[in-house]
Amino acid sequence: MGSASLILLLICGMAFAAGGILLSLLLAKSSKNSQKGLPYECGIDTIGPSWIQFNVGYYLFALIFLVFDVELVFMYPWAVVVKEVGMIALFEIIIFLFILFMGFIYAWKKGALKWM
Amino acid sequence: MNTPTPYSFASLATGIHAWLRQAISNDTLLQVTEMVITGVCLLVFLVLLCFFLGYMERKVAAFMEIRLGPNRVGPKGSLQIVADTLKLLFKEGLTPNGADKFLFNLAPGIMVVTSMMAVAPIAFAKNFQIWDINIGVLYVSAISSMAVIGILMAGWSSNNKYSLIGAMRSGAQIVSYELSIGLSLITIVILSGSLQLSEIVESQANGWWIFKGHIPVIIAFVIFIIASTAEINRAPFDLTEAEQELTGGFHTEYAGMKFAMFLLSEYINLFIVSAIAATIFLGGWMPFHIGSLPAFNHVMDYIPSFMWFFGKTFFIVFIIMWFRWTFPRLRIDQLLNLEWKYLLPISMVNILIVTAMAIFGWHF
Repeated sequence: MGSASLILLLICGMAFAAGGILLSLLLAKSSKNSQKGLPYECGIDTIGPSWIQFNVGYYLFALIFLVFDVELVFMYPWAVVVKEVGMIALFEIIIFLFILFMGFIYAWKKGALKWM
Repeated sequence: MNTPTPYSFASLATGIHAWLRQAISNDTLLQVTEMVITGVCLLVFLVLLCFFLGYMERKVAAFMEIRLGPNRVGPKGSLQIVADTLKLLFKEGLTPNGADKFLFNLAPGIMVVTSMMAVAPIAFAKNFQIWDINIGVLYVSAISSMAVIGILMAGWSSNNKYSLIGAMRSGAQIVSYELSIGLSLITIVILSGSLQLSEIVESQANGWWIFKGHIPVIIAFVIFIIASTAEINRAPFDLTEAEQELTGGFHTEYAGMKFAMFLLSEYINLFIVSAIAATIFLGGWMPFHIGSLPAFNHVMDYIPSFMWFFGKTFFIVFIIMWFRWTFPRLRIDQLLNLEWKYLLPISMVNILIVTAMAIFGWHF
């Protein structure tokens, strides 16, 4: 169907989500209660603000992920032509992965992969 | 290969196209009409699929635990999910007091849109795709990784500690396991030399990659299944919504239809990863062929292609549901260890082996 299908799917998704939620707005009963809007913590009142500090480890993993994600994007076009290029492609990817792996082992040894 | 199959979606689609071309002379109008028809069919299909997957999930759970499962509403409980959806429709959609209202309402929409857009390149039957994009594999992995934005948005905007922790976990988990998914998809891209899903399926005409590719492809398949289970936040990797620790994780504060949207996108994602695994590794709609046995291949061709596709897809769906009742949930550090210290190095070495295999022609 060509690239027009992207717009079609986008519209379908948005219309479905919006339609479902709007329909439930029309159908659902609503009641007023001062306690209803409180953050849900199994019935106990929340202490302090909800937007709290979280572990820095999540960020570290996201940073290492970035390196590997770029690597992955590079590997897609390489993977398509690898059969035609032949041995050079193999050597190239060995060197590429070797350098990447060195960096990965460095991050590992530095403790970036350790959960604190 | 050119045996006429008895039930062909492709001929149905071309038939409708030819008929519409007769009826409507204007090209733009024709395209719009076809898009509307496709859109309506797709939505109906996806909703029915989600009903079926919800029913299947509960029946598989019951089967694993030697229970009966839903059996009151409709024959064998098959209308239970419809009843649940109606219930959710009549529930009030809450928005917590301190929430970021715009992001809170946008998040379920983003989840649904991303999971629906990933359906585009999937080959449901022979020559039956919404869009046969030439970078299909890349497209699916790019679109499906957008889901993490919806989850982070939902968790952050809810103004709830459980939601925030769940979203953060999910962020770390989804981006980590995306690498293994990408690397295991690349093994097949190397072997088939194409990113287009229809060409990858065609390359399996004399045997599926999981049989042709020896042990490295089997390793890639196993890694893909593990990583995609984590990518769609299903048990044993459901830290994002671990009921016992975080009540509902990132969707704790969601109720009614907005919650149903998360559920819907979760089931569509489950279908998509299973469909991709079936297409890439198990031949998609390609019947089971053995290289030099034309008689056997001919018999297999008589089973319609959509049955092959859905058979394989639901087989993988069943395996992923089976995981849920077999393995205990991992801790966050165990989860990240599994990815970074085992799956990622293994799949990188695996890529090298597969490259050598493709260049020297060791595969069948």
